[in-house]
Amino acid sequence: MKEYMLKLYITGQTPRSERAIANLRRICEEELEGRYDLQIIDVLERPQLAENEKIMATPTLIRVLPPPLRRIIGDLSDKDQVLVGLAIQSLPKPPDRISSAGTVE
Amino acid sequence: MTIEKLKTNIRGFDILSDGGLPKNRTTLISGTAGSGKTILAAQFIIMGIEHSGDPGIFVTFEESPEDIRTNMKGFGWAIDSWENENKWLFVDGSPELGEDTVLSGSYDLGALLARIEYAAKKIGARRVVMDSLGAIFNRFNNREMIRHELFRISSALKRMNVTSLMTAERTEEYGDIARYGVEEFVADNVVILRNVLEEEKRRRTIEILKFRGTNHQKGETPFTIIPDEGLVIVPLYYMELKQRAANIRITSGNGGLDKMCGGGFFRDSVLLVSGATGTGKTLMVTEFMAGGALNGDRSLLLAFEESRDQLFRNASGWGYDFEDMEKKGLLKVVCVYPESAGLEDHFIRMREAVEKYQPNRLAIDSLSALERVSTMKLFREFIIGMTSFIKQKEITGLFTSTTPNLLGGSSVTEAHISTITDSIILLRYVEMFGEMHRGLTILKMRGSMHDKAICEFTIDNTGMHIGKPFRNIGGILEGRPTHIPSSEMERIDKLFQE
Repeated sequence: MKEYMLKLYITGQTPRSERAIANLRRICEEELEGRYDLQIIDVLERPQLAENEKIMATPTLIRVLPPPLRRIIGDLSDKDQVLVGLAIQSLPKPPDRISSAGTVE
Repeated sequence: MTIEKLKTNIRGFDILSDGGLPKNRTTLISGTAGSGKTILAAQFIIMGIEHSGDPGIFVTFEESPEDIRTNMKGFGWAIDSWENENKWLFVDGSPELGEDTVLSGSYDLGALLARIEYAAKKIGARRVVMDSLGAIFNRFNNREMIRHELFRISSALKRMNVTSLMTAERTEEYGDIARYGVEEFVADNVVILRNVLEEEKRRRTIEILKFRGTNHQKGETPFTIIPDEGLVIVPLYYMELKQRAANIRITSGNGGLDKMCGGGFFRDSVLLVSGATGTGKTLMVTEFMAGGALNGDRSLLLAFEESRDQLFRNASGWGYDFEDMEKKGLLKVVCVYPESAGLEDHFIRMREAVEKYQPNRLAIDSLSALERVSTMKLFREFIIGMTSFIKQKEITGLFTSTTPNLLGGSSVTEAHISTITDSIILLRYVEMFGEMHRGLTILKMRGSMHDKAICEFTIDNTGMHIGKPFRNIGGILEGRPTHIPSSEMERIDKLFQE
């Protein structure tokens, strides 16, 4: 089993859903290459799963593993927020980002 | 186009709303914390299940389904058993405690809509409630998006022929319709629940603020929340005045009084008997019931001042046997401690007692006791409601009212309700030459000739005896009796002689 298990809930094949899927795939490839499983669930097709998970808004990304459960709501266009949500330490950053973000990291 | 209504079967609501909630529309219920929104919402679904077998969906954004199941048990509502029968289904949108949520980019509430649609299809729901919108606004913090999504949900429900309620919070009893300022725009109809402090008493009211394109009653109507039933609305003005002024006369139980009234009371009338303590009001009530029993009339006595034992003892002291009347099924005495409940609750119980016993005669002894537990405005509404209620049932009503002063004077009760009752009988003490006498007069009797004199009466172990009019005495009603010299009387008498 992979270290990260992610579930992305979407509602139908809307532009927003497509955007969320694309954003997530890119972030995962950049940050978690080979370390994750991703499942995409369309709420329109599997409403009972949305009920079980109490999904209200879509897109919603759930980090099932590692525990604890974490949720990220939105089309995942803000990568920093996604990383915060998934609690992933970003790998080496380009120099200009370090200067703008300060020396906290 | 007329808008069809869905009968809610919530007591009083269908009268207030002129037939129920607009069918297949969304109605917003807005109220402050503790105003009864969730109870009303749950009751809306339950009444659908119980009365028409219509399944319902409860979408909760605030409390967990488990909390709602527990809280509603107090009303005798076993939600879990309806869940097992697929009549009730929760859509759980309550927040998951201790779970981190992060926002990243744009989103909508499409999943919520999908879940509601799925649930509604699953059990064939006809009614949906969403409780409460404030919790979503609080959680997602994007008013425009939420407003748009709620609108989408309410349109979807309309398409599915589902009638829905959404609840929302308000911060003030008389202010904006709801906290976030946009809730009212997603619903066709708005109902406000209030829980106001008025003259140091809590008073719950419900008001239909708007029903788009259809009728409803205007203004605030009192309601109460009682165990085993939930919200009960007390519409006070609902009677279509079908009151046929019947010309049938019935006995007052006292021959002398019948004569003064021109042959007895009218059957469909409400009479008020006013007098100071000890003037004979309860006696008049007793004779009214006993007189009924002689003719086979069933009487219901709602007593707020004396205990059952006292009443029975008094009656036998005047020569009337209440026990015997009860045995024959011609009398029922219900004693209630006025402070035991608010006036709305009393009204409901009184109506229930009347519905159950189906009396021909009803006496309330006394209204003044009820007045103590109420505000003026509500009391007046209550009298109107009670009066129209018993008139519709063709019951004769005899209400008593206690005046605060021994001599003369009118009570507050009287001033409030004298225009509502058909007849008013005054009982007064009259001080004459160092002795207390009792006097009786009929102040008004709608639709009938009656004796205008102030007659003296006495009370003994066979009841009330009406005697001759007071002569040579004036100022009785003001409580300042003065002796009029006989020379003056003669002079007046002479005026009418040739």
